[in-house]
Amino acid sequence: MSARAAILDRIREALRLSAPPPGSHEPGAHGPGAGHAAGVEDGAFREWLPAVGPAIGDWIALFAACSENLRTRFIVCDSEAEAAQQVRAIAAEDRWSRIASHRADPVRAVAGAAGVPVLWTDGGYEPGALEACDAGLSGCDALVAQTGGVLLTARSGGGRALSVLPPHHLVVARRSQMVPDLPAAFALLTTRYGADYPSMMTFITGPSRTGDIERILVLGAHGPRKLTVLLVP
Amino acid sequence: MTVEAQQFTRDAKIVAADLRHRGLIRKALSGYEVKRDEFKARFRDWQGARQAAAEIKYDAVNHLDRYLVEFADRIEARGTRVFWASDAREARDYILGVIRARKARCIVKSKAMTAEEIHLNEAMEREGFEVVESDLGEYIVQLRREAPYHIVFPAMHLTRGEISDLFQRELGTAPTNSPEELTLIARRVLRKKYIEADIGISGANFAVADTGMISVTENEGNARLTTSLPKVHIALLGIEKIVPRMADLALFLPMLATAGAGQPMTCYNTLIGGPRQPGEADGPEEFHVVLLDNARTRLLADPEQRDALHCIRCGACLNVCPIFRNVGGHTYGTTYQGPIGSVITPHLRGLQNWKHLSSASSLCGACTEACPVKIDLHHHLLQNRRNAVREKPVWWERIAFRAFAFVATRPPLWRVVGLAGRLGQRLHPLIKGGPLDPARAWTGSRDLPEVAQVSFKDYWRGRKQ
Repeated sequence: MSARAAILDRIREALRLSAPPPGSHEPGAHGPGAGHAAGVEDGAFREWLPAVGPAIGDWIALFAACSENLRTRFIVCDSEAEAAQQVRAIAAEDRWSRIASHRADPVRAVAGAAGVPVLWTDGGYEPGALEACDAGLSGCDALVAQTGGVLLTARSGGGRALSVLPPHHLVVARRSQMVPDLPAAFALLTTRYGADYPSMMTFITGPSRTGDIERILVLGAHGPRKLTVLLVP
Repeated sequence: MTVEAQQFTRDAKIVAADLRHRGLIRKALSGYEVKRDEFKARFRDWQGARQAAAEIKYDAVNHLDRYLVEFADRIEARGTRVFWASDAREARDYILGVIRARKARCIVKSKAMTAEEIHLNEAMEREGFEVVESDLGEYIVQLRREAPYHIVFPAMHLTRGEISDLFQRELGTAPTNSPEELTLIARRVLRKKYIEADIGISGANFAVADTGMISVTENEGNARLTTSLPKVHIALLGIEKIVPRMADLALFLPMLATAGAGQPMTCYNTLIGGPRQPGEADGPEEFHVVLLDNARTRLLADPEQRDALHCIRCGACLNVCPIFRNVGGHTYGTTYQGPIGSVITPHLRGLQNWKHLSSASSLCGACTEACPVKIDLHHHLLQNRRNAVREKPVWWERIAFRAFAFVATRPPLWRVVGLAGRLGQRLHPLIKGGPLDPARAWTGSRDLPEVAQVSFKDYWRGRKQ
């Protein structure tokens, strides 16, 4: 018998006895039998998750508030040209000598205007070359207002490493990419990729951090020390 | 007493008396407590979220066969190799086989408690492979050649001074008092490893059935690098990691972060559904998923405690446990510490050798209350005690309880024993804690509860008149 069949057999044998319903040891307002697991409709978790306002203005304000707590730099730009200008200013201030990006709109134009050589990751690259870049500029699939997170995939983010290997990750997102909450973000992934998911999809919530030494927060553990999100119309 | 119980009793006594250790743990957890409560309060309904999460895990665990097959079929369809391992040896052998086939030398690893469980690092090192832990806390305890202290915060028991000394000794770096500087040292060392390594090994926090993906939660970015740059990625996970739907993560990801680390969301939550796909810029050529049973099906077969498999390894029960906070993580001598470790270790490694952990509990229930997926932890500790006695009764306990029953069911005799108790307690201070004290195991460091000066019977009689 294969190991797969053996394990599945043991599981089926074990499950012949049924277990008491979940949470039955905690009777009260949230007794068992609510049947959440029976079929989770799109967004069913909203009644428990942190509240988010109804309009895009609320979402942008919430994303900005979360960003501040997370120490993400969030810049709302009036145009792509302004985003490019912001990036040029950061490039000068941080003395970038080269950056990495990928050919997707609107990030391609912003990266191209940064005034430093660009390593384009589309179609493959040398890991050592990416490691030597001062910043990685990527697109994304969505910004999640509820958490202040950036959702990107191996496709929308220029691969797996572009957004995590260079010490500064910049995201260029469109206003239309702002979604209210996590249920909406997962719904978007299903709609956009349901037939053929990218091999990697990630929620990036703030710059890389660790608390492993005396539980003291330190930014830039292994991933980027800085995360900048540029919102363009 | 078993060797394990002796070790536990000895270490518990030493660590509980170590005021420096207690202060360190209290300080480390105080910030967590404030943040956890703050972010819990942001949920519209945390208790409702707990119930929903418990029901989803209940569904997953009680239909595990169906969901595992769905997960495996879907992830295999994208070119992933899935290996089903009945026990630790099978999992180790498979992983070593992949490493040998690739002629790999250097392996970079992100945090995985299942790897600790099967002693994977030792196995790889014995074969001469270089293994580097990339999570900062894990890297620190690896350099110290010790086990993680806590399932989520592996190096929580160390001060920055101790870590600085360690880096100085092992890496030859200059001493520093700054956590930033220490983090930077590890960052510099490990950066090279991600690029050099032939193989990356990770764990997983969830296995999503309906889309066939693993989900990895981390703050540092080390798991993302480990699963992005090396040519081969191996993920090792327990079969209980299943959630039915990708959309379920909308609930589990923030709950895991809030309960476990006092964060609204962990920094990186990454879904991986296969090796590099056509048209993608990077990613491993090979992706292996090792599904580990290793006695989990034994726990599954106990319907009373099956909910222990709902565990998402957030560590919340450790953080609130008065026993954990006093005796420390290493005292347990187990892969999984704290209340959840005390519940599941007897199932994973044998009840008689690990039953003492279930007695090291005040049964206060803080763990059960803290658990985001509503595992009935403190009752499971009681059930372990009962099961241990049922399986192998203790002769002197049987005699003692028979004697108690004999006295308690004979009112005149009960009266005599009560009188003797009241008298005895008055004389007890003369011998308290000394060699003549029959209760010295208890009274050495505590007071005995007081026997009531008037028996209930006498009180009742007096009240009526």
